[in-house]
Amino acid sequence: MSPLQLCLVLSSLLFCVGLAGALARSNTILVLLGIELMLNAANLNFIAFWRYGPQPAAGLGVIFVLFAIAVAAAEAAVGLALVIAIHRHRKTVRLQDSTALKG
Amino acid sequence: MTLALLLIGFLLLAAAGAAMLSRNLIHSALLLTGAWAGIAGFYLWAGAEFVAFAQVLVYVGAVSMIVLFAVLLTRQGATTAPVEFDSFRRAAAGIITAGGVMGVLFGAILGTPMDVTSAPPPASITVRQIGAQLMGPHAAALLIVGVLLTVALLGAIVIAAVDKPDDPAP
Repeated sequence: MSPLQLCLVLSSLLFCVGLAGALARSNTILVLLGIELMLNAANLNFIAFWRYGPQPAAGLGVIFVLFAIAVAAAEAAVGLALVIAIHRHRKTVRLQDSTALKG
Repeated sequence: MTLALLLIGFLLLAAAGAAMLSRNLIHSALLLTGAWAGIAGFYLWAGAEFVAFAQVLVYVGAVSMIVLFAVLLTRQGATTAPVEFDSFRRAAAGIITAGGVMGVLFGAILGTPMDVTSAPPPASITVRQIGAQLMGPHAAALLIVGVLLTVALLGAIVIAAVDKPDDPAP
C-alpha cells in the first residue's frame, strides 16, 4: 500500500467515524461535531493529494484547505448559535423534538 | 515516516471514536479537541506547516471554545447527566450506513492504481509562497471569505441573541 493510499484510508476512516456519530446520536451538538469531523476528513484528502500529487510546488491543496477551514469555522459558529436559539425556545437539544420550524 | 503516520492516525481515530461514543458531552468536546490536534499533527507530518497552525488556531483554539460554551449554555438539570443513545435502531442504522460507506470507499481506494510508486521529494511550501498565492491569483476568493465570515458571525450573534428586550431588570 502506497503512502497516498494510507492517507486516503485514514481520512475515509475518520469520515466514517463522523458519519456514524452524526447518524447514530440524537444530541444536536454531537451531530454537528460529527459533521465537523467529516469536513476535517475532506481536508485530509486535499493535503494528501497535494503532498503526493504531480505539482506540490503550486500549493493549490494548501490554499483550498485554508479556505475550507475558514468556511467550516463560520459554519460551526452559525450551527451552534442555532442550537442555542432552539434550546431557548424549546428547552431541548434532541433532534427528534424539534420537527417544526414555526413557533 | 510511515510509522509516524500510523501513530498519528491511531491516536486521531481513537480520540474521534471515543468522542462519538462518549455519554458525557464535556468529555466528547475535549476528546474532539484532541482529535483536531491530531489532524494538525497529520498536516505537520505532510509538510503543510501553515495549515497545521491554522488548524490549531481555528479548531483547537476557537471552535472547541464555541462548542464548550454551547454545551454549557444548553445543559439542563444535573451537571453530569449522561447523554444516552436514543434507540438501538437509530444507532444500528447509523453504524450500518457508515460501514457501507466505508466499504465503498475502501474498495475505491484500494482498487485504484495510484501513480505515485516512486517516493516524491518531501514537498514543502513556504509562508511567503502561500501569501503570494493568496494575494495574487486568489485575492478575490480571500475577500469573499472575509465577507462570508463577517456575515456569518453577525448572523450567529443575531440568531443567538435574546429577543426579549423588555426583560425586567433585576
